[in-house]
Order: sequence, then C-alpha cells, then structure tokens
Amino acid sequence: MKKITFNIENNSLILSINGDILLYDDDEKKQKLYDAAKNDKITKIVIDATQLQQWDSSLVAIIFELAKITLKRKIKLDKINFPNGLDRLLNLALSVDRKPAQIIENKKSFLECIGDWGINVYTGFNKGTDFLKQSWQALKRLLSGKSVMRGIDLSFALEDCGYKAIPIVTLISFMVGLILAFVGAVQLKTFGAQIYVASLVTIGMTRIMGAIMTGIIMAGRTGASYAATIGTMQVNEEVDALKTMGINPVDFLVLPRMVALTVTMPILTMWADFMGMLGGGFVGVTMLGIPMQKYWDMSISAISLDNFLVGIFHGLVFGIVTAICGCYYGVHCGRNADSVGLATTKAVVAAIVWMIVMTGIITVVCEVIGI
Amino acid sequence: MTESQAKIVAKDLTIGYGDFILLKDANFQINKHDIFIIMGGSGCGKSSMLRVLTGLVKPLSGKVFADGVDFTSASAKTKNKIMQGNGILYQSGALFSSMTLAENIALPMQLYTEYSTSQIKELASLKLALVGLAGFEDYYPSEISGGMKKRAGLARALALDPEIVYFDEPSAGLDPVSSKLLDDLIIDINQTLGTTIVIVTHELSSIFAVGNNSIFLDGETKSILAKGNPNELLKNPPNKKVLQFLTRGEGKNA
Repeated sequence: MKKITFNIENNSLILSINGDILLYDDDEKKQKLYDAAKNDKITKIVIDATQLQQWDSSLVAIIFELAKITLKRKIKLDKINFPNGLDRLLNLALSVDRKPAQIIENKKSFLECIGDWGINVYTGFNKGTDFLKQSWQALKRLLSGKSVMRGIDLSFALEDCGYKAIPIVTLISFMVGLILAFVGAVQLKTFGAQIYVASLVTIGMTRIMGAIMTGIIMAGRTGASYAATIGTMQVNEEVDALKTMGINPVDFLVLPRMVALTVTMPILTMWADFMGMLGGGFVGVTMLGIPMQKYWDMSISAISLDNFLVGIFHGLVFGIVTAICGCYYGVHCGRNADSVGLATTKAVVAAIVWMIVMTGIITVVCEVIGI
Repeated sequence: MTESQAKIVAKDLTIGYGDFILLKDANFQINKHDIFIIMGGSGCGKSSMLRVLTGLVKPLSGKVFADGVDFTSASAKTKNKIMQGNGILYQSGALFSSMTLAENIALPMQLYTEYSTSQIKELASLKLALVGLAGFEDYYPSEISGGMKKRAGLARALALDPEIVYFDEPSAGLDPVSSKLLDDLIIDINQTLGTTIVIVTHELSSIFAVGNNSIFLDGETKSILAKGNPNELLKNPPNKKVLQFLTRGEGKNA
C-alpha cells in the first residue's frame, strides 16, 4: 500500500495517508502534491488520516505546507481522523502571533556601493585616529601619574609577551637563520666564498629579518591574544562595567598591553638576531665545514651599529603596531562569539600589513638619510 | 510625585541605533528609594534603555537627568562623577576574569577612595558577606556558579555605596531558588541602605515580588504603554497588551 496517495474529485484534492510515515523523503511526490494543491481549479483540500499509524515531523511538514497553501489561496482544509498530537502540532505551527519584520531588499547601485565604501573608509579612519589619540592621551596620563593603569596588569602583560614568548621566537629565528645560511651557501659555494655566509646571515638578521620574524610571531601570538581577550571582555560586558565605573578602558586595558609590547619587542628582536646568527652558524659549522671560531669572527665583524639599531628600531615600531592593532580590534569588537573571531583575524592581518608598510617607510627614510 | 523626590528623570527620550528607533519620546521618573521595573516583551528596548540611563549609549534625542543634572550632555568629568554614584549588575555579572572576587570589589574602591589597602580588604569582605559570599574572597569568577557570579557582581556594584543600582535581567539563567534569594537581596538592599533600584526584567515573579513602580515598554508602538506599581497594573490593566504580559498571555481573550 502506498503511504501517500492523492487524487482530484469534484475540484477537491483528496490526500490519503496510510501506515507509518516516518522520515518521508519522496521529494518528487511531495512536489506533485503541492503543485496539485496550487492548481486554481482546486477549491478544497481533504486530508484523510484514517489509516495513519506512526508519524513524525516529516508528515507534519507536508501538512503544514498544504495548510499554508489553503490559507494563501483562501480555500477549505478538511482534516479527517487526525491524531490529536498531529492536529495540535499543526495548529501550533499555524498560530503565529507575530510576523517577522519585512526584509527590505536593499539593492544598491554601483555609485551607492562606492559611496558606502567611502563612508566606511572615512568612519574607519576616524575611529582609528580617535583610538590613537586616546592611546596617546592615556600614555600622557601615565607619564604624569594620573593613569588608572595597575602595575599588576603591566607585569602580567610583560610576562605574557616577554619570557613566555622566548621559546617560539628562539625556534623561528634559529630556523630562519638556518634557512638564510642554506640559501646563501648554495650560491656562495660555487665561488668558494662560503665563509661569507656568516656575513649574509648576520647582516640579514640584524638589519631586518630578526625584527620582521619577531613582529610576525608577536602579531600572531600576542596581537591576536589582545584582540581575543579584550573582545571577549566586550562580549561579557566587562568593558561596559569598566565604563560605568568611570574607568577609562584605554587606560585600564590598552595601556599596559601597549607598554609591555613596546618594551619587550626590541629585546625580543635582539634575541632573535642572536638566535638567527646561531642558526646560520649551525649550518656554517656542520654543513659547510667552516671552523666555529672563524664563523664567529666573521659574524662579529659583519655587525654594524647602524644595522643593529635599525633592526631594533623596527622591533620597537612593530611592537607599537601589533599592540595598537590587537587592542583596537578588541575594543571595537562586536558582542558575539563570531565578532571575537573576526576581531582576532583582523588584528593579525592589520598588524602584518602595517608592519610591511612601516618597513617600507623606514627603509625609504634610512635610504634618504644614508643609513 | 515631586521633582525633588526624583532620582532619575527621562524627558522626551528617543532611543535607537542609527535609523532604527526602539522607543520614541519616552517620559518617566524614577523616585528615590524606588524599586523601579523596566519591563516589556523581548526586543522592546529594555536593555537599550538601561544603556542610555547608565550613560553607555547616548539617546537619539531627549535628556536624562540624574539628581537634576543633565546626564546626557554633561561634561566627561561630571558624567564620570555621576557614574561613580551608580552601581550596575550586568546580566552575566561582568566580573573581571583575571581578578579574584575580592579584587573585583576592591577595584572601584582603590580608584575612587582614600582607604588603605587593609581597609579596602575589609570592606571587600564585608560586601561579599552582604551578598552571602563570605569566605569566597580569593575565588576567581571561573570557579563559582552563575548565581554566585551575580551575587559577586552585586557586591561590586555596591562597593562605593551607590545611591542607585541598576540590574540587567537579574533572574536570567538562575534557578527559581537562586532567583528568589536575589529578589530578597534586592529588597534588603533597598530597605536597609535606602538604595534606589532599577531593574530591567520580564520575569513576572520578580516583577511582582520586588517592584513598587514600573514602566511597560512596547516594541510595536515604540512607546511606554503603562506606568505604576506592577501589582496595581495587574489589578487594573490599562490595556490588553499589559494584561497579556502580566498574566503570561492568560488574559489574551479578555
């Protein structure tokens, strides 16, 4: 016996439901049924559930669709021998006392889209400059002893982006030094100048690579953590609680993180420089057969104060950039879990982009002043 | 009621976000020592109203006066001072997760009072004891239950002996017993400390148990549909919507 059958008699659509209707998934039949119900000639739908035994939501969904069609077309729906539960469920589904707000389809023209983009850029720029201004004022309050920043928060932030970051900085910098040495050695070996691998690695690491690698690590590690922590505080209304206590969230949340990262980044950069040189030395000594003392002497002679200081300056700037991006996206995070994820992603991407931009600017300036 | 009895006065308040208006031209007054309920269905703007009253969000138009001072257009300094006289218990408690309960409560005292560290410690313990959390000073928010978080949040809200305490959905997420205990605590605070209480809620049992004044917000008409003691409103509902709300829809066919 077929579970669902329908036929048309005297302009009435008669639907018979038989046996067990569980997980009913004959889409083709359902579509035919709905099409028949939508036919203009049909003036009444009769659903006969006399033979119905077990049923689940798949049946309710079919009857609900038919009921909606009858309501839309203002035709009669006759229910014969409906089980009590099925009838109640159907009534419950149909008795909606609140209509959803009409969604206005907002198709925008190309010009409007450009306008919206412009407004967004302008708003974002204003928010960014306002945040920088607030951070600067907070720093001034700190220097004048009027800040509400707590020493313990600063020490926690220093701990988090200080010694706790050393293992990952060590590993990555060592590997970068190692890779630089390998890549350089392939070319230099052909001229018998493999000893210059030491100079290549040292100059590369101290001038820029140490700072860049540390910056990227800290953007992914600490910048993301800042955005996620402050963003979660936003979701948990902790930032609101601070504001309503009259506490400036920039002083309380942003300042310790910014100070900590600005202080630790140059130190981490120095450490990264050293580890990179060590990585290069590992390749030089074990693979290229350069005596350790000789490699060390070449490395030391390749260090120039200018390169070293430019690298440290990069580290300082990257620290500020990472802290600002992390805190900015945390403070401007929405109030749900998705927003925290988005804020974290944006913080890391923005920090890396701004690091590259700042590197470009510093490089041009150094070129102009001849460093 | 006279203006001198007024703690908070809202005049022609329109609240919303951008072009979306939640409430239009609302006028009401919260009197000193009231337990004032802001009630209404979901999405009618109760929590937004709370954010406006506490100064977190600016209204689209209209003014909020706190003790006669225009709060909405006050300078940052004045606003800060008014905010220090407010205590707020957020829905989640909003305790700072990196601090112990005692540190959470001590924070506003450290910032705004001249008390010594030992005095602050004593006061923090007292505030915790007042909300039934004596001995929990060194616990972190993650180590206590939802109800206890709310109590600790209340202890922090009471840290500076505020004249007014705002509650955002205090019963949300609490079991009936904890909810009743919190209601009793609210009444105790109001009666013993004389604190004005403002509660945003749609929990009927709490509304009738604690409220002595209220407004009913309606999302459809974007207006205040009723004002007064909730128990009185139940006896003499001014309209069908208020009756339905106060009787959990029982009065639908009235």
